[in-house]
Amino acid sequence: MRWLLAKDLLILRRSRLLVALLIVYPVAIALLIGLAISRGPSRPKVAIVNLAPAGQTIELAGRRVRVSEYADRLFSQVDAISVATRTQAASKVSAGEAIAAVVIPNDIVARLSSGVTHAQVEVIYNGDALEQSLVRSTIDSALAQANLALSEQIQTAAAQAIDLLLGGGNLSLPGAPANLIGLSRIPPALHGILAHQRAGPDRTALERISTFADFAAQNLSLSKKVLSTVSQPIQVRSTLLHGRRTPLNTFAVVVAVSVSLMFICVLLAAGGVAHEREENALARLLRGLVSREVLLAEKALLAAGCSFLVAAAMLAGVGAFVSLDWSRVGLWLLALAFGALAFGALGVAIGALAREVRAASLLAFLLSLPLAFLALVPAGSVATGLYDVIRAVSFVFPFRACLQALDAAVNGASPGIGVSLAHLTGLTVLFGVLARVGLRHAD
Amino acid sequence: MSSGGVSEPVLSLRGVTMRYGEREALRAVSFAVGAGELVAVVGPNGAGKTTLLSILAGVQRPSAGTVSALAGDGRVGWAPQQVALYSKLSVQENLELFARLERVADPHAVVTRMLDQTGLSERAHERLGHLSGGNRQRVNVALGLLADPPVLILDEPSSALDPGQRARLWSFVGGLVERGTSVVFSTHDVSEVERYARRAIVLADGELLFDGPPRGLIDAADLEGDLEDAFVGFLAKRGH
Repeated sequence: MRWLLAKDLLILRRSRLLVALLIVYPVAIALLIGLAISRGPSRPKVAIVNLAPAGQTIELAGRRVRVSEYADRLFSQVDAISVATRTQAASKVSAGEAIAAVVIPNDIVARLSSGVTHAQVEVIYNGDALEQSLVRSTIDSALAQANLALSEQIQTAAAQAIDLLLGGGNLSLPGAPANLIGLSRIPPALHGILAHQRAGPDRTALERISTFADFAAQNLSLSKKVLSTVSQPIQVRSTLLHGRRTPLNTFAVVVAVSVSLMFICVLLAAGGVAHEREENALARLLRGLVSREVLLAEKALLAAGCSFLVAAAMLAGVGAFVSLDWSRVGLWLLALAFGALAFGALGVAIGALAREVRAASLLAFLLSLPLAFLALVPAGSVATGLYDVIRAVSFVFPFRACLQALDAAVNGASPGIGVSLAHLTGLTVLFGVLARVGLRHAD
Repeated sequence: MSSGGVSEPVLSLRGVTMRYGEREALRAVSFAVGAGELVAVVGPNGAGKTTLLSILAGVQRPSAGTVSALAGDGRVGWAPQQVALYSKLSVQENLELFARLERVADPHAVVTRMLDQTGLSERAHERLGHLSGGNRQRVNVALGLLADPPVLILDEPSSALDPGQRARLWSFVGGLVERGTSVVFSTHDVSEVERYARRAIVLADGELLFDGPPRGLIDAADLEGDLEDAFVGFLAKRGH
C-alpha cells in the first residue's frame, strides 16, 4: 500500500491546480454557508409614507402616547426610506429601490384614539414569491411588535386609572369630579356608618351596598393583573432537553468545516479510484499486484488524511476568531477522523462506479451538495412526510452524522459524540462494501 | 485446425469459454504456447482477441476451462492495448513503482535494465505524458517484462504506432524472443503476422478456426494471393 500511497502523493504534488481547486473551492463554499448561517438577513429597504400630522399624540385613558413612538417601533426592523407621498413610495417599489412601501394614513390617530375602530396601514410590494414572503413576514413581525408596544402603553394608562379609582384622588378625565374617595376606602367608611345605624330597611340597604363595595374593590384590584395578561397572553419560557445551547456562530463553524471535509474527501477519493481507471492502470494493478480491498483502502485513507488535515487546520484557524473550547480538541480530531473515513468510503464507492475522473467528480459533487443542504433542513420547516424522507436520506449518508459528531465535539451538542461516531463507523463499513462490489469488475 | 504438439509448453489453455450473459465471447478455445514462440492472434473486430489475451494475462477468469502457466513462478507479463501508465510520473518512476509492486528483488537494477532494453535511458526522467505514442508503448511493454516473465502477452501493441515506431517495437520484441521469452500478441494487421509471427491463431466469433504457421493459412484458404487475401478468403469460407 505504501508504494501506491507514495505514487498518489507524488501525482497530487504535481497536480497543483487540482489540489488548489480542491481546497480553495470547498473552503470558499464552506465559509459562504457559515456566513449565511451565522449572520441574520440584512434589514430590507422599505419606503415609508407617514401621512399622519407631525407631533400628534393619541390620548389613552388620559395618557398621551406620541405617534412617532409607535412609528419608530414599526420601522425598527426595516431600513426605512422616508418619502412624502404614496405615489413616490409606489415608484420606489416599482424601481426596485425598496422591496416594499408602508403608507401610514392621516386618520391613524383618530382611529387609534376612538377605541372602537382599527387603525390600518397599507403595504405595497412586488417582486417574486420569495421577496413577497420576506416582506410580509417582516411587516407582520414589525406590526406585531408595534401593536404590543401600543398595548403596553394602554395597559399602563389603564392601570393608573384603576389605581386612582381604587385609591381615590383626581382623575384627569374630562368631567371627573375632584378628590374622589376611591373604591377601596368606601367599605371601611360604610362599616363605620353601619356601626351607628339601627336595624331596619336603611341598614339592610346599606349592608348590601357595603357588601358590593367590598366585592368591587377586591375585583378591581385584580383587573390590573387581568390587563397585563391580556396585553401579552402568551409568554415564552425555554427549556433545552438535550445537550447544551449551541451558539449560532460556533454551529456555523461546524457546518463550514464539515462541508469542507466532505467535499475534499469525497472528491479526492472518487477521483483517486477513477484516475486509476482513466490511466488504464486499474486492470494492471488488480491482476495480482494489489488486492481490490487494499486499493480502495489506500484511496480512502489518502483522501481522509488530506481532508482531515485541511479541516483540522480550518477549525484551528477559525478558532482564532470564534470562541471555541480548546480543551475539547481531542474530541474535534476524533470527530474529524471518523467523518473523514466515512466520506472516504463514500468517495471510493462513487469512484468505483465512475469510469473517468470527470464523471466521478461530477457524481461526487452532485451527490454531496444536496446532502449537505438536506442535512441542514430544520425539523418543522417542511411537511412531516417530507422531513421523514429527508431524515432517512440524511441517515444513510455521512454528512449529517459528521455534522452531529463535530457539533457534539465542538459544542457539546446532542446526540452525544459516541452515537455519531458509531453511526459514522457503520456508514464507513456500508460504503466500503458498496465500493468493493462496484469494483468487482476491473474493466 | 491445430499446430499440433508444442515443445516445452509454457502456457496452456484447455476448453476456455467466456460468456457475458447470453453471449459467448470465446467458445472452448484450446492451444499451448512453447518456449520462445512468437504467436499472433488474429481475427476480425469482435472475434474475442482481447478477451482471450486478458484471460491469458490473468485479468479475467474464464467462465469455463483452464489456463496454466507452466514455466517459472507462473507469472505472465502483460501489455494491454491502451497504455496503462501514469502520465504524471516519469518513465523511471512508472517502472520503479511497478517493479516494487511486482516485488522484484532489486528494483533499481531491473529498472536500469529495462531502460537500456527499451532504449529510453536518456528519457528516464521525462514524464510519460510528454512522450510520443511509440515511446509510451515501449514503456508499456517494458512494464510487462519487469518480473522477467517467461511469457509476455501484447494486446495490439502496434495499433497506434507509425511505421518507424512499429519497426523499433518489433525489433525489441524480436530480441525478447531470441532470449527465450514466449510472446503472444493480437493484431488486425495480417502483414505484421506474416512478417514477425512464427505461428498464427485465427479467431472469429469466439471460435478458434486456425492454429499454425502463417503461410499455412494460404493453403487452408486454397486461394491465390497474399496472406491478407488468404485470411479474408479463409474467414469467408468458414462463414465469417
